[in-house]
Amino acid sequence: MQGSPRILVKGAGVAGMTAAVTLAERGGRVTLYDPGGRVGAGASWFAGGMLAPWCEAESAPAEVTAQSVDSVDWWADHVPDVVRAGSLVLAPPRDVGEVARFGRRTSHFETVDGARIGALEPDLAGRFHKGLFFADEGHVDPRKALVALLNSLKSFGGQAVFTADQAPDPAEFDWVVDCTALNVRDKLEGLRGMRGEMLLLRCPDVTLHRPVRMLHPRIPIYIVPREGHVFMVGATMIESENAGGMTVRSITELLNAAWVLHPAFAEAEILEMGTGLRPSFPDNMPRVIQKGRTVYINGMYRHGFLLSPARAREAADIVFGANS
Amino acid sequence: MAKQFYGVELSSPLMLGTAQYPSPEILSEAVTAAQPGVVTVSLRRESAGERAGQAFWSLIRKLGVPVLPNTAGCHTVKEAVTTAHMAREVFGTDWIKLEVIGELDTLQPDVFGLVEAARILSEDGFKVFPYTTEDLVVAEKLLGAGCEVLMPWGAPIGSGKGLNNLFGLRAMRAHFADVPLVVDAGIGVPSHAAQALELGYDAVLINTAVAKAGDPALMAQAFKFAVKAGVLAREADPMEERDMAVPSTPLIGKAMLA
Repeated sequence: MQGSPRILVKGAGVAGMTAAVTLAERGGRVTLYDPGGRVGAGASWFAGGMLAPWCEAESAPAEVTAQSVDSVDWWADHVPDVVRAGSLVLAPPRDVGEVARFGRRTSHFETVDGARIGALEPDLAGRFHKGLFFADEGHVDPRKALVALLNSLKSFGGQAVFTADQAPDPAEFDWVVDCTALNVRDKLEGLRGMRGEMLLLRCPDVTLHRPVRMLHPRIPIYIVPREGHVFMVGATMIESENAGGMTVRSITELLNAAWVLHPAFAEAEILEMGTGLRPSFPDNMPRVIQKGRTVYINGMYRHGFLLSPARAREAADIVFGANS
Repeated sequence: MAKQFYGVELSSPLMLGTAQYPSPEILSEAVTAAQPGVVTVSLRRESAGERAGQAFWSLIRKLGVPVLPNTAGCHTVKEAVTTAHMAREVFGTDWIKLEVIGELDTLQPDVFGLVEAARILSEDGFKVFPYTTEDLVVAEKLLGAGCEVLMPWGAPIGSGKGLNNLFGLRAMRAHFADVPLVVDAGIGVPSHAAQALELGYDAVLINTAVAKAGDPALMAQAFKFAVKAGVLAREADPMEERDMAVPSTPLIGKAMLA
């Protein structure tokens, strides 16, 4: 192949955007295409944006942690406003046994008592008495991050096409990197959608500095602080491909948990209710699959922001040859 | 001689739930390790929007184990009946594990709604496996409604507290000697499952204890051995409990009567 490869990246979710920027950084001539009209038209828009390699080990295989320990660094190098304040894992008094279980399955944390919790999050002082603090974790606002990656792509000379009537012709490219989630389920065996629902709340009375995971045997949730006292509350995990609106049960569960975390959430304004389908393979592990001159990055499951930098690297290694 | 469930003899007295596993792949490994007689699957929450749970349900069908669909998450008779009908279409079986939840904190069954739903479904040709308490009167009414299997709880769903009311479970076993009985809910560790089978129960249903273990496949294997141990122990006719030590060799030359 002469000169730098021409690469069409399809899909402007987190997998596509991280791939586009990684490929452009390594010298590819990248065209990004998503007929959804903007970055993050799919499930990525509703992500928590937690960069939590060690917390995820509670339910994910060890590879997830191993492949994502440098994920926070990647994001901090590529987008502004990555917060590196750790994450906090708490349980209401009745479910405090869940904290011990979470701790047995994870690492890189400090066990915290009520005083330490109050020092980390003054608004939670006196409300919780046992938890885990994962100091090395971080979080990012997914929407701002995707927009920042688009700007980064353009700064490398990359192009972005967001309308279907200007769809680029794949024949004009050396490689296609396909990050179109469930749109290619007929090409990738075993791919399924897993429904997730989230809420955005605004609550001027509450300040949090880091994501808080509230453990509960049936309804584990997390709350991620965004700018301006906005909070993302998520997320349900339902084995369904229904992309329809949020259900009353899910809203009730998420709001109840927020209320338990801090009673001031009772007066929070509900800004948004979001539903997305997480593309997932049977092992719930994201994959990079090469078929000829097409490289698929798919099955991000709930690990989009955490694992996409590693998957983008793998895809780039295929395109450029691992030694470049 | 193992009892039959609506004319079917199960290959194992272990019934395994399919919810809450870290991934479908790990679920599949757990099923392989447990070798359950049936797997249960829920439909209520997964069914909205043109039965959008199909992708997951087809994974369940591929496990190659008889499927017992359930009505988990249903709080009214109408919901449970509708869900049962959908389950019959989706899985092509008239077996239904009937749950009508009466109380959110404990997920205790609403036994009044349960009896009503059991009657409606039985009259409609369903073979109903009702999730109930150890209440003998309710059990009698469920049998009257057409049920030929009873599934009393050991403890609240997901609590892992084991067999909370041994007296009640023994009474139920004695009272319904010919009815297949399954301890459903509350089993936390394999010894609880073994204990249920030692009591003479015909099967146990487990979900959270396997799905939420650190290594679900390993725990599934532990349960496979536990139910086997329970069945063998039952067949072997366990000794009676006593209030004092019984020396295994006679004490010669000592006058003692206690």
